Amino acid sequence: MNVNELASTLNCEILSLPDGERLVENIYTGDLLSWVMGRAESGCAWITIMTNVNVCAVASLVDAACVIIAENAEISDEIIAIASVKGVNMLRSCASVYELCVSIHEKANL
Amino acid sequence: MDEQLIFRYEIDGSNFTSAGEASVSVKKKLRQLGFAPEIIRRVSIAMYEGEINMVIHAHGGKAEVVVKNDRIEIILDDHGPGIPNIDLAMQEGFSTAPDNIRSLGFGAGMGLPNMKRYTDTMAIQTELGVGTRITMTVNI
Repeated sequence: MNVNELASTLNCEILSLPDGERLVENIYTGDLLSWVMGRAESGCAWITIMTNVNVCAVASLVDAACVIIAENAEISDEIIAIASVKGVNMLRSCASVYELCVSIHEKANL
Repeated sequence: MDEQLIFRYEIDGSNFTSAGEASVSVKKKLRQLGFAPEIIRRVSIAMYEGEINMVIHAHGGKAEVVVKNDRIEIILDDHGPGIPNIDLAMQEGFSTAPDNIRSLGFGAGMGLPNMKRYTDTMAIQTELGVGTRITMTVNI
């Protein structure tokens, strides 16, 4: 499933979508950025409630397929613009991290 | 003699939000040079952790990335306080980062362990009150 399809399946708000065709290969969730960098795999959809600017750098460096901001966590327009410039796909959902994981498991078979 | 390419960066220690610019730049350059995605990922994550460490603990520093025939070297130099106990600093979960850094999602005590995890060799030279030099290599 690609990021476009995942966004549609989960009914996510699209914040930045420079590469909607990117394949989502696995899921990772976490808010401690160094932990995420140590464990997240390339091609992941990374679910987090962290919304500072370093999220864009971490997503880019781990080569995540997309970031999904859970629980409608507030994020500034500036950071969304940076995500777009850095080629980071960024979605947002009102669902919790747990609910997102369950939905992805049920609907996307990941 | 080995052919080599050298990229040099100044890490701005006063601006936490811009930390990572050097790593992202290295990532782009390595991609242009045609390296495999996993090599790029390892180099850029190791370097980013180093950058973050230099910003948190050492008011910035210098980074050098050397692309050689068989490996990529990352050399990080700072004039920070030095590391009193390297064994302790290498333990996952050990951190001396302040609370404001933790609230940004760092300070989990994973920086140095991640640098080791993603590189083939890592050497730390440190002197209290003088600074720290970390040399890492990723085999190509």
